[in-house]
Amino acid sequence: MKTAVIVFPASNCDRDAAMALEKVTGRKAEMIWHRETEIPADIDFVVLPGGFSYGDYLRCGAIASRSPIVRDLIDKAEKGLPVAGFCNGFQILAETGLLPGALMRNKGLKFVCRNQKLTITNKNTRFTRRYKDVESVTFPIAHHDGNYFASDEVIRRLEKDGRVLFKYDGNPNGSKSDIAGICNEKGNVFGMMPHPERAIDAQHGGTDGLEFFKSIIESI
Amino acid sequence: MTKTEKITPDVVAEHGLSESEYQIILDRLEREPNLNELGIFSVMWSEHCSYKSSRRHLAKFLTSGEKVIQGPGENAGVIDIGDGDCIIFKMESHNHPSYIEPYQGAATGVGGIMRDVFTMGARPIALMNALRFGEPDHPKTRSLIDGVVAGIGGYGNCVGVPTVGGETNFHKGYNGNILVNAMCVGHARTDKVFYSAASGVGNPIFYVGSKTGRDGIHGATMASAEFDDDSEEKRPTVQVGDPFTEKLLIEACMELMATDAIIAIQDMGAAGLTSSSVEMADKGGVGIELNLDNVPQREENMTPYEMMLSESQERMLMVLVPGKEHLAYEVFEKWELDVAEIGKTTDTGRLVLKHKRKIVCDIPIAPLADDAPNYDRPYIASEKRDVINAADIAQPDDFNLVLKQLISCPDIASKRWIWEQYDRHVMANTMDSSQSGGDAAVVRIHGTKKAVAISTDVTPRYCFADPVEGGRQCVMETWRNLTCVGADPIAITDCLNFGNPERPEIMGQLVGCIEGMNEACHALNYPVVSGNVSLYNETNGTAIPPTPAVGGVGLIPDSQYLTAISGAKDGDTLLLIGNMTGWLGASLYLREIEGREDGAPPPVNFDEEIRNGNYVRKLIRLRRINAVHDCSDGGLALAVAELCLSSNTGAVITKPHDDIPLHAHLFGEDQGRYVLAVEPNSVNPIISTAEGLKVPVRKIGTIGGDNFTMKDVFKISMNSLRHSHENWLPEYMKGDAK
Repeated sequence: MKTAVIVFPASNCDRDAAMALEKVTGRKAEMIWHRETEIPADIDFVVLPGGFSYGDYLRCGAIASRSPIVRDLIDKAEKGLPVAGFCNGFQILAETGLLPGALMRNKGLKFVCRNQKLTITNKNTRFTRRYKDVESVTFPIAHHDGNYFASDEVIRRLEKDGRVLFKYDGNPNGSKSDIAGICNEKGNVFGMMPHPERAIDAQHGGTDGLEFFKSIIESI
Repeated sequence: MTKTEKITPDVVAEHGLSESEYQIILDRLEREPNLNELGIFSVMWSEHCSYKSSRRHLAKFLTSGEKVIQGPGENAGVIDIGDGDCIIFKMESHNHPSYIEPYQGAATGVGGIMRDVFTMGARPIALMNALRFGEPDHPKTRSLIDGVVAGIGGYGNCVGVPTVGGETNFHKGYNGNILVNAMCVGHARTDKVFYSAASGVGNPIFYVGSKTGRDGIHGATMASAEFDDDSEEKRPTVQVGDPFTEKLLIEACMELMATDAIIAIQDMGAAGLTSSSVEMADKGGVGIELNLDNVPQREENMTPYEMMLSESQERMLMVLVPGKEHLAYEVFEKWELDVAEIGKTTDTGRLVLKHKRKIVCDIPIAPLADDAPNYDRPYIASEKRDVINAADIAQPDDFNLVLKQLISCPDIASKRWIWEQYDRHVMANTMDSSQSGGDAAVVRIHGTKKAVAISTDVTPRYCFADPVEGGRQCVMETWRNLTCVGADPIAITDCLNFGNPERPEIMGQLVGCIEGMNEACHALNYPVVSGNVSLYNETNGTAIPPTPAVGGVGLIPDSQYLTAISGAKDGDTLLLIGNMTGWLGASLYLREIEGREDGAPPPVNFDEEIRNGNYVRKLIRLRRINAVHDCSDGGLALAVAELCLSSNTGAVITKPHDDIPLHAHLFGEDQGRYVLAVEPNSVNPIISTAEGLKVPVRKIGTIGGDNFTMKDVFKISMNSLRHSHENWLPEYMKGDAK
């Protein structure tokens, strides 16, 4: 099992993501620099970490979505490589079009950091299947632009196809239909604003995120 | 020389230099300076850079100890936390710029203090801030809070260093001069600490980071003057920050520091290229020659004067090992930052600047730093105030109302609106932060079982009432707060915010506070390892209350023995450690309920403090305590209420049977006290051991239920208290509360 974390200039949750992957797989995650052009063929799972890639100038995630490494990531994700993006990683995935919709400025116009309760809305996915006896989890959130938006038609389809995996219990940012995390049609690409990688340790943020990582790793 | 402008008395005055200071320059140079040279003297001799009013008093501080690796004088202080790890930390003010331009002022304050820490080889692991705003109904207060908080968050969040705690106070004394004090704590390996002293001759000097622009010129001089009604016009002297570049700069510096290429490194903070080059040269006893044509510039046709005085952010200066230049180019080009060789070290002891093939500055370095003015300003000690007898203060009619008023008053009300805008979790090592309402923030050292505890404190109303006593108290309170999370307090940094030192009564406050602080440092073996002084916090002749903010750092050797404010369980017994006299002088109660700010502040008794604190820490390590909170603002009643709010429970407090008036018993601010929530079967052993140690302890009630209760005195639902506590700030920021 080999995992990787993409590192953009001003990614700042790259180490946190790598620690979570190492904790669950027992192996160090590979750190892949944004200027690389290819994700090694033996990588089984890729995380796009949180942060402020390229300073989030232009739009959050917009520049990263056009970086050399992400071009290859899009290619491999379309062929089935499992990918998860948290926070800025979700924004990047939305900018690439791998996931539908967009992340707008929070409704309250402020950065918001809190421990956020989430309802698991589909446990029958590669990313959530180990939560079978659990209805809700608490993950930290920390973002300024997490207000999920898509057309009514897209939201209807996401809901109908079971592609909404997590919803906010108490909407912190104005996201449509309280959506916190979604996956693509094939179910191999997932993005969410909350930080499961900050919830893998009882001393910091709780352990609700462990089953998330175990789910996806086990599915490979 | 290119500059031929005549140096008139007006030009000298515009540079903030007195006639006598200018005369010293003439004597040292044995000629008139040119404008570049005058500018350089002006910033180096500004209060901000030279500490000319405070230096002789700061020199009295205890600055050494067995755990001190580096005391004041470097970019930040360094303390040993064992196993080859060290903690590097400092607090710094960004008051003047934050008043003029709150977002950028606060943001660059955070950026600057982080650079001070990672310059020394430490990865920043935590940020704190101590904020003082004017009274809530002052027309500027709301927008200043909004801008400062957004600026602190905007910078720290992007760089990816958690902002884990701090304090926010309001007082009319800050109406014209808010205080924005930012603290950064970093972690390094002891054998990988970097210093700023340049050495060698002919070694290359490298400039890295952002390009130099015209922003922030004379920021240090601005920060060394009083405000008047035209202060808005000083906006162009405020720098603009770019946290994205800072993040890249941290990573690039860490990467280069892992090699053996760096001899010395210094960030460009106040007074930019001038102070960084002069300080490096001065500390290393060498000269420096810079070719300004090679300085990366953001704008065209910048003059040497502008380049030397610019305070553009996110820049560093390094002296490299000859032959290792390629490493710097590789690393900084990878991170897409500017990198340029701009000069070399010399053996002349002079600062020589070349621009367009001409020498535009050639001055000896020693007078700039070491021979800077060092004033013994006259001072008058503050008049001692009378001790208030609590019996002379009327009892309130309704204690429930008083408790609600205190828990929702601006200084005590929840600051959730502020700290929810800060990323407190990034780096995944935050164990306790503002979110618990506890006494200190706790951040684990990555990959170890150790954790550092951090607390910022000062009670300006005590310092105003009695600078010496207030000085003792602010150091003491950080020690107490670190104790509350089970940490061994190690050292402090400070940020001394005062008015105009040329006024003897203000100078008296500064001298008094330093004296009190230093007594505490000695009594507690708790040295000062870094800090800064911010004077001239005055507008139209009105000074701020004396505000020596202290940032304390302690070590929790094993983070599984962490006790917080939030762990109280139903059925726990509440104990009070410490003496009770019912001290209402200079208390929050007196100010908020009686509208009085008089009276002597509560005295600090170091022997008692040490006995009580050491006992509490020992109980924490023995896991005998479920929750602990120190008694500070608002006394016993507020301490219990806050502990209940954080633990999400209620309490029944026993009505006291002593001769202390009830309001003084509940809201008096005697020092050296802690409220503990412990399992009932621990009570007797805790009390009997305490007696042997001469630690006063008494049972004061029981945890549990949904109410805050004392027979015939309090009956108030915790929900209602929580509502009062949580709602003030968000309502105020919406414009609904005063």
